[in-house]
Amino acid sequence: MSDTSSTLRIVWIYPDLLSTYGDRGNVLILRRRAELRGIPTEVVRVHSSDPVPEEGDVYLLGGGEDRPQILAAQRLRADGGLKRAAERGAVVFAVCAGYQIIGETYGDDQNNPLPGVGILDVRSGRGDTRAVGEIVADVDPALGVGRITGFENHQGRTAIGPAARPLSTTVRGVGNDGTTEGAYQGTVIGTYLHGPALPRNPALADLLLRWRVGEIPPLPPSWGERLHEERLAAAL
Amino acid sequence: MSELPLRAQLAAALGRGAASLSRATGRGDGSVIGGRIALKVEPNLLAELARGRRIALISATNGKTTTTRLIAAALREIGEIATNEHGANMPTGHITALANNPKALIGVLETDEKYLPQVLRETNAVVVVLMNLSRDQMDRASEINLLAKKWREALAASQAHVVANADDPLVAWAGLAAPHATWVAAGQRWKEDSWCCPECGGHLKRDPDPHWECPECGLSRPYTTWSLDNATDTVTDPEGKTHRLQLRLPGDANRSNAVIALATAAAYGLRPEQALPRMREIESVAGRYTSIVTKGVEVRLLLAKNPAGWLESFAILDPPRVPVILSVNAQVADGRDTSWLWDVDYTVLRGRRVFVMGERRTDLALRLETDEVPFEIADSVDQALTRLKTEQPDITKVDVIANYTAFQQIRTAYGRVQ
Repeated sequence: MSDTSSTLRIVWIYPDLLSTYGDRGNVLILRRRAELRGIPTEVVRVHSSDPVPEEGDVYLLGGGEDRPQILAAQRLRADGGLKRAAERGAVVFAVCAGYQIIGETYGDDQNNPLPGVGILDVRSGRGDTRAVGEIVADVDPALGVGRITGFENHQGRTAIGPAARPLSTTVRGVGNDGTTEGAYQGTVIGTYLHGPALPRNPALADLLLRWRVGEIPPLPPSWGERLHEERLAAAL
Repeated sequence: MSELPLRAQLAAALGRGAASLSRATGRGDGSVIGGRIALKVEPNLLAELARGRRIALISATNGKTTTTRLIAAALREIGEIATNEHGANMPTGHITALANNPKALIGVLETDEKYLPQVLRETNAVVVVLMNLSRDQMDRASEINLLAKKWREALAASQAHVVANADDPLVAWAGLAAPHATWVAAGQRWKEDSWCCPECGGHLKRDPDPHWECPECGLSRPYTTWSLDNATDTVTDPEGKTHRLQLRLPGDANRSNAVIALATAAAYGLRPEQALPRMREIESVAGRYTSIVTKGVEVRLLLAKNPAGWLESFAILDPPRVPVILSVNAQVADGRDTSWLWDVDYTVLRGRRVFVMGERRTDLALRLETDEVPFEIADSVDQALTRLKTEQPDITKVDVIANYTAFQQIRTAYGRVQ
């Protein structure tokens, strides 16, 4: 969609399998920041037993434990809807387990590579240690987002292929490998900032909206900006 | 209890000494330090202390301290009880509880979810009570599917009788591995962690509530012999007899704890008529549900540590004219990660006067703003009350909902109320 008169369709993929860490926050904040600009929204919750609609604007995927992650990947691959939506230019924002499964391959609990949905050129496996704690990173300047803050809790390590770019450079925390955090390719983003990554980073939420609806007016600073500043100050 | 070997006697005595020192110096209730010292002297102490006693272990994400208290109260009808009533629910706390009551033939032990398999092995418990599993402190706790799997394996290897909530699919799946079980329809308000089949991952069919089954592998809710009707405050026992609960503890969550406690008491041969009078006497548990009166206002303290707990607390809030103070911290004991705030639906607070405080009040503020719930920032309960009294002099009641360390801070501010 290109004009703000039509409805922004936010598709939440498999909240029954991939929703562990407040992933609902990303849905709520995206909806709120769109509606504050007068953009009507519709939230579609897609259960793992349902087909994924192809005509959504923004697709959100959350985190999950090992087994639900494998099931979600199998079902998304068999369904094909998310891949077709990404190919037609929809925005995809995937977190943690969701990030890993939209890549080319990801590791199961024995670190055997399993096939992902293949809409982001990354390959993930398991590291030796678990990364838990506050994370801070500087987003690729081309995206105009600045510094982001979040909480990570994962054992994944992710290598980025030639078709994708790192989303950001880590300032604190582990992210992909201790130097970069997340990845993007066109309008598909994956990140280890789990749960409410968009509430903690209003500029990142606005990037997703801009990708879909074009320029949007800024909003007066509020609690999202306050929290962003507070967490950056606490983490650095 | 049979005589302890000399080394275990010494260990238990040393532990008791350290515990009383800890209490005398005001450092704590002594449950943890005593057990820690005793374990250094005799690593098998828990097994030694448990020998010859009929022990019940109580585990869940929410309600384990309260249910332990209810069960212990009921079983006192039989005789002396050893119990960790202060909520020290790891082996050090169990050792202290058992060592402090050498004559008790029955142990009622609240048990941390992660430690349940180990404590079951060491104590050879005769009853294991399982109530609910939901997301909680994910930065340091195990993933709950993994937890359920470990419970399942531990129960399969034991002879313990399980008393479990059939309405929670993860709990039921774990309990189904036990050789003997009493199934209780104890209810489940928070369902966001159990839409998937624990056995095969299929999307569970969950209607009509409370029935659940997996259309893919056939796993389904076990047949229950005890049930609870919240609307009429009534429990139905396996003989079909109904009993009014009439607890002093408020809310559906405590009715759920009580039906589990009644089924557990029955496993020890106690009838509901015998168990209920003692359960009704309890009005607060380690400060939970306590009311303090300050500045002429009755302030009720509710502990809520995770999304399921917040949902239960919202359900027992007083009518909308009663203001509510919310306090959230993110210390190690709370979980350092506040992401869970986004799993709680705060829209039910619309139309109520809301204060937010605690070390992570900014997180809470954004969360409420997003749900379009107007709120005010406060530095302390006292400050919020002062403001309330000035603006609404006729105010008589306020509810406080806080997570773990935030709750303890408020409790301490008012003299560690029980």
